[in-house]
Amino acid sequence: MAIEARNVTKRFGDFVALDDVSISVESGSLTGLLGPSGSGKSTLLRVIAGLETPDAGAVFISGKEATALAPQKRDVGFVFQHYAPFTHMTVWDNIAFGLTIRRRPKDEVRERVAELIELVQLTGLGTRYPSQLSGGQRQRMALARALAAEPEVLLLDEPFGALDARVRAELREWLLRLHDEMHVTTIFVTHDQEEALEVADNVVVMNAGRVEQVAPPRELYDEPANAFVMGFVGPVNRIGAAWVRPHDVEISHEPNGAAREAQVERIVRLGFEVRVDLVRDDGQRLHVQLTRHEADMLELAAGDIVYVRLRVERTFSESGEPTHPVPA
Amino acid sequence: MIVRFGSLAYLGAILIAPVALIFWRAFEHGLHPFWLAISNPNAVHALKLTLEITAVVVPLNTLFGILCAVAIVRHRLPGMGLVNALVDLPLALSPVVVGLALYLLYGRGGWFGDLPFRVLFALPSMVLATTFVSLPFVVREVVPVLREIGTQQEEAAATLGSSAFTTFRRITLPAIRWAVAYGVVLTTARSLGEFGAVSIVSGGIAGRTQTLTQYVQASYENFDQTGAYAASVLLAALAVTTLLLMTVVKRGDRST
Repeated sequence: MAIEARNVTKRFGDFVALDDVSISVESGSLTGLLGPSGSGKSTLLRVIAGLETPDAGAVFISGKEATALAPQKRDVGFVFQHYAPFTHMTVWDNIAFGLTIRRRPKDEVRERVAELIELVQLTGLGTRYPSQLSGGQRQRMALARALAAEPEVLLLDEPFGALDARVRAELREWLLRLHDEMHVTTIFVTHDQEEALEVADNVVVMNAGRVEQVAPPRELYDEPANAFVMGFVGPVNRIGAAWVRPHDVEISHEPNGAAREAQVERIVRLGFEVRVDLVRDDGQRLHVQLTRHEADMLELAAGDIVYVRLRVERTFSESGEPTHPVPA
Repeated sequence: MIVRFGSLAYLGAILIAPVALIFWRAFEHGLHPFWLAISNPNAVHALKLTLEITAVVVPLNTLFGILCAVAIVRHRLPGMGLVNALVDLPLALSPVVVGLALYLLYGRGGWFGDLPFRVLFALPSMVLATTFVSLPFVVREVVPVLREIGTQQEEAAATLGSSAFTTFRRITLPAIRWAVAYGVVLTTARSLGEFGAVSIVSGGIAGRTQTLTQYVQASYENFDQTGAYAASVLLAALAVTTLLLMTVVKRGDRST
């Protein structure tokens, strides 16, 4: 295990940010900490980095207990949500910081910084100041700075949070490639379930200071451990006690078997995906996701009467635990 | 238009006219009497003494001011609220009261009345008095800037392996440097112009414990008007120089 948190509790006044949290992260993996704001995910990352001291519990990095270790001795790279650039230093000096304070030889620093600047695609921008960079460039500079001293662990706090959608998508892909090349154990915090499912090879879902589920993206989506995870990792329809994903609703023009009558209220075409809003004969609203092909075959129009069947529905007990899935 | 004219007229009447009058009176009879007045040994000594006091007080209050600002903003210790309020005391308290307090403290029968070296009517008490009255400026300039820059850059430096001292030297200090410079200028100006507290503890002996401000007063009282005006011009010139430095500092501040 590269990183382990054991029974970590952290309070801020009366607020319990982390409530007996335990996670372990495999060496070389890319792990996503996913949860709504206030769920404790950033606090957990800061505890691992040593920027917060837990009230109880222990942190291990590469098998060594690090709970009482100062952040500068933990050998972690940390990228802050707003990048925390050293505003009075050039891009070059920002990236070199971790090396110059370790008094590495000048030639080595020059070589390493040049290499990193190329890696993060900031070639030619070394003499600029952070204020002269775009958000995406600042983000990549912060990454290069964190990677400079070759940390064992890379921690990213909402790394793409403050960027616009297109830059986010580019950077996600770029982070994946970077991780494939460098294989540094990486944990990133996000509140965006799509980001977690796309980038991470293991996802830790957090809510109200607790870990709800730890699983690879596919398992998380297909076998959510409880109602919270089911609702958080993707859109759902709630029909009484049953939870159904919008793509698990089948639409047809023929009444067959368990299908029920519904009226098409609205159709939204988003390129490949088509979203259909329906109202069932019992007044129940349903959101349905179809592929463009499926939608074209059905030739749907607003006001049409169709028949809907739920392919997979899930039910959860009062406490949120799954009762067995029902193939309808 | 009215606002601009009004404020200029106000500044003219309150600030510019008196200062201009001093310059006018000092040079009324040409450069020669002015030169004679300021090359008087007592005047030269007073100038030197004022500069000496300033040279001790400014570094002291700069160092203390930075430490105090860091303690107030970065360390949430009990009692820091009190420190924060106390720092403003010299602005609220009349310098005469400060002088009197020092007099009682270091005078005969005071708590520190029997020190092996001379405090009252000597350089130490004058330095103490000036340090007291010019204490708030660096703190007051640095505190808001420290708050504004936040802790993220310092945290980032820590995760990169930087010790607390290196972080302070390489990250915090450069970020507050213009605020410190601004505070130093204000401290200098205040130290040069200090009169009330120092006049009580110094004794004001000409050629020995007389600062430039006290020299102005003494000359005026002895009907040596040219001497008083000449020394005033000297003080005003020092003040203008520090103000010019402040403009330079402000310009540097804007460029970052």
